[in-house]
Amino acid sequence: MSANKESWGSRVGLILAMAGNAVGLGNFLRFPVQAVQNGGGAFIIPYLVCFLVMGIPLLWIEWSMGRFGGKFGHHSTPFIVDTMGKNRLWKYIGVFGIWTNIAVAAYYCYLESWTLSYVFHSLGGTFSGMDQDGVAAFFIDYVSLGESTFGIPYEPIVFFLICLLLNTWILSQGLAKGIERVAKIGMPMLILFGIFLAYKGFTITAGENGAINDSTVGLNFLWTPQYDKLWSPSVWLAAAGQIFFTLSVGMGTVHCYASYVRSKDDIALNAMSAGWMNEFVEVVLGGAILIPISIGYLGIDRVTELVQSGGLGLGFRTLPYLFYQWGDILGAISGVMWFGLLFFAGITSSLAMGTPWIGFLQDEFNWKRKSAAWSFGLIVLILGMPTVIFFNYGVFDEYDYWAGTVSLVVFALLESILFAWVFGINKGWREIISGSDIKVPNIYKFIIKFVTPLLLLWVFLGSLFTPKGGDWGAALSGNWELDNSSIIKKITNSELKAKLAAATDPAVIEQLQDTLFFVNASRILLVTVWLSLALLVYIAYKKRVREGRI
Amino acid sequence: MNTSALVVMLLTLGTVTGLMLYFFWRVINTPPKPEPDSYLDNDDEPGRQETIV
Repeated sequence: MSANKESWGSRVGLILAMAGNAVGLGNFLRFPVQAVQNGGGAFIIPYLVCFLVMGIPLLWIEWSMGRFGGKFGHHSTPFIVDTMGKNRLWKYIGVFGIWTNIAVAAYYCYLESWTLSYVFHSLGGTFSGMDQDGVAAFFIDYVSLGESTFGIPYEPIVFFLICLLLNTWILSQGLAKGIERVAKIGMPMLILFGIFLAYKGFTITAGENGAINDSTVGLNFLWTPQYDKLWSPSVWLAAAGQIFFTLSVGMGTVHCYASYVRSKDDIALNAMSAGWMNEFVEVVLGGAILIPISIGYLGIDRVTELVQSGGLGLGFRTLPYLFYQWGDILGAISGVMWFGLLFFAGITSSLAMGTPWIGFLQDEFNWKRKSAAWSFGLIVLILGMPTVIFFNYGVFDEYDYWAGTVSLVVFALLESILFAWVFGINKGWREIISGSDIKVPNIYKFIIKFVTPLLLLWVFLGSLFTPKGGDWGAALSGNWELDNSSIIKKITNSELKAKLAAATDPAVIEQLQDTLFFVNASRILLVTVWLSLALLVYIAYKKRVREGRI
Repeated sequence: MNTSALVVMLLTLGTVTGLMLYFFWRVINTPPKPEPDSYLDNDDEPGRQETIV
């Protein structure tokens, strides 16, 4: 018998937890940068199209798979997918739904701990009086485990441990009393903080508090549509990728949360509500903070240069300095709100990452929730420490790439095929509309069967064989040179090896050789974790056979 | 702001905010389903039901 008898306390709590799972740091740091780099206002067209034909179908697929598995007492993907396909190998595909979460949680908790630390540094006035280079240097010192201004030795490790303990403790409290309660507090706070910062982003006036541009300059930069970019497959691929990552689909967390929904309850409306809540946070709030504020104080040229290194740099190296242009008190308050909202975005997602592992142990090995939660904390600690200690050697990025990017696409592609073609679209459709509180348009039956899997296949192949510089025109005309960001080039470490070959400085050569070693070591570690989980699934399967449950 | 940026921004923000509010409003205004209270209500799940634990 499974020890897992939990359920959600309320429907609103479930939706906030699901929205919290989807809303992450990428809503504020990744979306605006993607929009700026891929057509400005025109980006929203492929973005919303991908949301309608890939995001919503995947949400419905995952919610219904989860609720379906929950009817049979399954709360993690290996045995959820096992109930849907006759081939016993499907459960090993389901291993991705646990592995991804553990591996992503390992580096994501570290990222989350930065936000927590920066909340305290904002409160303590660390950034007051610092110039922009000072704030940027603080970040570099921080991730290099340098000396802390608080005088705490190895401060990043301390905050990582605090964050991990907090996550583990909340997870040990259960679904309704832990996760749901945090979502009910965290999501409204996040939206409130976001509205305040968006208001500030919309009301910057040139000449006041050192601003060099009005808000409208930044908003023009972000929203002016460059319709010619719509012809570029790279822009559509970027939009599909953004939709994919922002909704946290392909991870196994949605299945796990939905497995606690009662079999007669709605999923179609719940999925729409949680999905659009995520879109609101990303497009409305996320689009109004990072870019307008940065351009208001730094100008378009500087921001164009800064976004090349992604939103993380702008969020941590630049914004704390910009907030202090509003004065010490408002600067500190804005810092607390910015990093506070990032922290709430992070913790509601990392909590979701713990639930599949906990559900698996409860279902298959009759573990109590508390023991299962603490085991999750321990695994994440062991797997996460390399990302903290060897951050500058690419371990963090390696986890992010394989577990947080490639794995999601692979799992989502396979689950969409399983749902529409193996389980069967007719049975799948019945699952989606069963108990539905809205009328699901019939066109989605066609979209789920054909469009979504094909789109996912295109995203996967586009990532596998990305042409150099994203130039699909040249690639399709016969000159298909792979970009260093393609999966194939990543596997072979092409970029690192090219840098190594070109390096002449002995110190740089040593750094690159060490990076190459840690990159390969982290891949071996991740593969080992996947194989260990697959072994556990096999043991659980044998146990089920022995107990006559299969 | 230039007109095209303003139009795209207002349309997008209005649509996304409107749909978010509409679906959330539908959620909070839909009465909860009653607990299943009959043998039939609990017995219409297809296949492999015997594996429920």
